[in-house]
Amino acid sequence: MTLMFDVGNKVAAKAVQMCKPEVIAAYPITPQTVIVEELARFVENGELDAEYLCVESEHSVMAATCAAASMGVRTFTATSSQGLAFMHEMLHWAGLSRLPIVMINVNRTLGPGWSLWPDETDSMAQRDTGWIQFFVSSAQEAFDTVILAFRLAEHHEVQLPVLISYSAFTISHTMMPVEIPEQDDVDAFLPPFKPYWRLDWRNPVTFGNVLSDEYHMEKRYTMHLGMEAAKRLIPDLGREYEQRFGRYHGGLIEEYRTDDADYVLLAMASVGSEAKVAVDNLREQGHRVGLARLRVVRPYPDEDLRRIGRKRKLIALDRNISVGSGGWMYHETRSAVMGVEGCDVYGYLCGVGGRDVTYEDIEQMALKVFTGDARPDVVEWWDLKQTGGN
Amino acid sequence: MAIKDLPREELMHPGAGSCPACTDLLTLRMTLKALGPKTVLVTPASCTASVACGYPKTPFGVPVLTMAFAAGGAAASGAVAALHRLGEDDVNVVVWAGDGGTYDIGLQSMSGAMERGTNFIFVCYNNEIYSNTGVQRSGATPFGAWTTTTWKGKVDQRKDMPAIMLAHRLPYVATASASYIEDLYRKVQKAASIRGPKYLEFHIPCAPGWRFPMERTIEMGRLAVETGAWALFEADDGKVEFNLRSKQILDGKTQRKPIEEYLELQGRFAHLFRPERDEEALAGIQQFIDREWERYKQLAACGMSVG
Repeated sequence: MTLMFDVGNKVAAKAVQMCKPEVIAAYPITPQTVIVEELARFVENGELDAEYLCVESEHSVMAATCAAASMGVRTFTATSSQGLAFMHEMLHWAGLSRLPIVMINVNRTLGPGWSLWPDETDSMAQRDTGWIQFFVSSAQEAFDTVILAFRLAEHHEVQLPVLISYSAFTISHTMMPVEIPEQDDVDAFLPPFKPYWRLDWRNPVTFGNVLSDEYHMEKRYTMHLGMEAAKRLIPDLGREYEQRFGRYHGGLIEEYRTDDADYVLLAMASVGSEAKVAVDNLREQGHRVGLARLRVVRPYPDEDLRRIGRKRKLIALDRNISVGSGGWMYHETRSAVMGVEGCDVYGYLCGVGGRDVTYEDIEQMALKVFTGDARPDVVEWWDLKQTGGN
Repeated sequence: MAIKDLPREELMHPGAGSCPACTDLLTLRMTLKALGPKTVLVTPASCTASVACGYPKTPFGVPVLTMAFAAGGAAASGAVAALHRLGEDDVNVVVWAGDGGTYDIGLQSMSGAMERGTNFIFVCYNNEIYSNTGVQRSGATPFGAWTTTTWKGKVDQRKDMPAIMLAHRLPYVATASASYIEDLYRKVQKAASIRGPKYLEFHIPCAPGWRFPMERTIEMGRLAVETGAWALFEADDGKVEFNLRSKQILDGKTQRKPIEEYLELQGRFAHLFRPERDEEALAGIQQFIDREWERYKQLAACGMSVG
């Protein structure tokens, strides 16, 4: 084990290198670019034995990655915001093809107007594409999740692509100390990729041909089963990872001081780490509050939320928005806990478009619920300025 | 090679749901004969992807990766990279795309694959329309042609995609026709023998899309060449040579037939002849073909620097 002190993107790239992908396709976009720059350097230096493809768009990134994965090799790429949006068709392609691709998306506000700051709408807008989705809140968690993600994606019960998202700049460009394990241990946890199927001229099959309605629903159902398997395997593989490497970041959800809590904050990504500070401060003031940090939103942790929500007030802090509906976490949580005894879900839209969300903001949002000044059926836009109409 | 000497092995089997007299599957069958079984076919959305396949059956004797419309070239880059990792550099990777998947939506990723030196063959089977979606105009549709998005005839001329590919400085660019199958076969084999990105474009008359009787399909392809509406040539390392009838035309040994002989047999140009002749349009089309051949002479003389 060695200690690395660097920005989140370089830490993530180091994890990717240790997973030994064989084909990497890349297209630059801020603030992800450091990841693919670093991987290009590894390949040129001989520190990573892989084919590195500089392609001409994100749509092509995912097409090249899907094709390489279809031939039966381990693949990786990274993107951000507009790039992820441009990939949308191919994200469905990867999901429906059951290809175990791993990708990092650095959450960045979608334009116009151009912005570089973190907002989770880019990832959340891809929630229906069949990708398992992690949100991580530190460089160490990013490192560990990359290694776990390949193992999970390639598991024959899962066989789905995995997206790992983290916040622009607060994670991607912030230096943090990270423990780097030995390569031998990574190799032992993550053996070489054995594809469940691949295109091979010795066994010619047509992949992706016309599929009638007689089969399509069943195809989606098997993907659903893959997601259900992931629900079980994420905590299991997390524990196996802990045994080997000594770190466990949680299953689908990381619970923090929830045991005796009356109120539980729900947050993701870097808002999740900020919320831990808020919980500590509110606890010091005597409030019985905890945090459920959603590490995984596909599959959605319905069962965990039903358990956590029993006789508690949940406060969803969404840094994403489906305009005309609201924050995804708020809505999906409400639907998950429907009928759960004594559970109300309060919602805030905060930091949408990248505005900073501090622990003080989170404390104020929570206090408003504690004092009865918020309603569970009204989502509040936190820190909203006067706009002068629509 | 004479037709009787072509390999007996079929890698494109009967049973595909194409229209009768389909030149897409005719040229694909010949292409696979020329390439052999160590081939991976990438098929972006097109007639091939929809008529040739229907789970759980397939007419193909080679593995096929169906691909999104825009992504043929990029998928080839990924497949070739993976095959290299697997130590299978000797497997042919062939993108089989229609003119929409080449001239229009597929242009960017094809251009990218060419520029990054992917070792593959991109085949554009050009029937000058979006035939699979019901005969809409594409960037390859010639001026004046009726389509279901140009009811009064297309008002713009086609692009010159082989020239765009020549400008990518490829080691091999060739055009061929469904009606000159031995020439097509030779060009596929030639492309397979060269490392790097190769571009082939096949002119394939489409009886339902162009509105002519299906039994005249091969004749229609020959007329396209004889009138100069289509030219057969190849550029080997940038050196351009015209082939067969097109070479005779270029060398002045044969006159081009008037373009009207080709147009008047096709329902898509009927409005240029009936109820009255559109002299201006017909003269314009002939002038366009004449100018194209002036350009071909320059192309044959100068070629294109490669590498």
